[in-house]
Amino acid sequence: MKARIHVTLKNGVLDPQGKAIEHALGNMGFDGVEAARQGKYIELDLAAGTSKEAVDEMCRKLLANTVIENYSIELE
Amino acid sequence: MKSAVIVFPGSNCDRDMAVALEKVTGKKPEMVWHQSADFEKVDFIALPGGFSYGDYLRCGAMSARSTVMKEVIKRAEAGVPVLGVCNGFQVLTETGLLPGALMRNASLHFVCRDVELEVANDASLFTNGYTAGSNITIPVAHHDGNYYADKETLDALEGEGQVAFRYAEDINGAQRRIAGVLNKKGNVLGMMPHPERMIEPALGGSDGRVLFESVMNRLG
Repeated sequence: MKARIHVTLKNGVLDPQGKAIEHALGNMGFDGVEAARQGKYIELDLAAGTSKEAVDEMCRKLLANTVIENYSIELE
Repeated sequence: MKSAVIVFPGSNCDRDMAVALEKVTGKKPEMVWHQSADFEKVDFIALPGGFSYGDYLRCGAMSARSTVMKEVIKRAEAGVPVLGVCNGFQVLTETGLLPGALMRNASLHFVCRDVELEVANDASLFTNGYTAGSNITIPVAHHDGNYYADKETLDALEGEGQVAFRYAEDINGAQRRIAGVLNKKGNVLGMMPHPERMIEPALGGSDGRVLFESVMNRLG
């Protein structure tokens, strides 16, 4: 089984890399990009039966810094 | 004063820290590898600057979970003085020994130059040789030195005198220009500037030396 984890900066936390992407898209002539946020995507191959709770613990203890980041988990 | 420098793979300032500690204290520090489960009893522990684990995942994230840090956290909680410089500061926030987090510089530029700092607290173990309100010069070299904490945490840090140093001018977007913070007990200091690179005139100045001397003054 796989876990797909998205880590993103919390709302309200300045994301300078997202800002740079937003400006670059504007400079390239793409209209209508109101904001960009950059995050991380982490994919884990897991032994069958690994619980979502275990993945959640991995996120809280290492994969995301919950002071500044949110995370979401998809199991498949 | 017996000291230890923790050595993480990828760090490139561990020897700078060791040289500074030897020059100021007169004793070679013990270099402790990140996989060590235990090390000799010491009076002072330094977490050096410099891209441990290649800054993978987040700066300091891997080091904070390394074997040796379990022992460092235990000793810090027992009151042993711990200084984290640059990447060492990032490690300290990642372990939770210090509040907040260090984010990419707001300018997106790597900032590498001497900067002026305001001494915000001159009563702590690490800063008693300075005068609060005075300005000192210490170099910085970082890409991720933008200190972030929520408003309540920042108010609490300021209220409790836990801000040790501020940048005289905004260099990286850090909240309230914070360059260095202390834990509540005052035995853990994390700072982005590199005091170990400013310990004698040959290096451009001695303002960093005062920090190590402050610790020695208290510990003997």
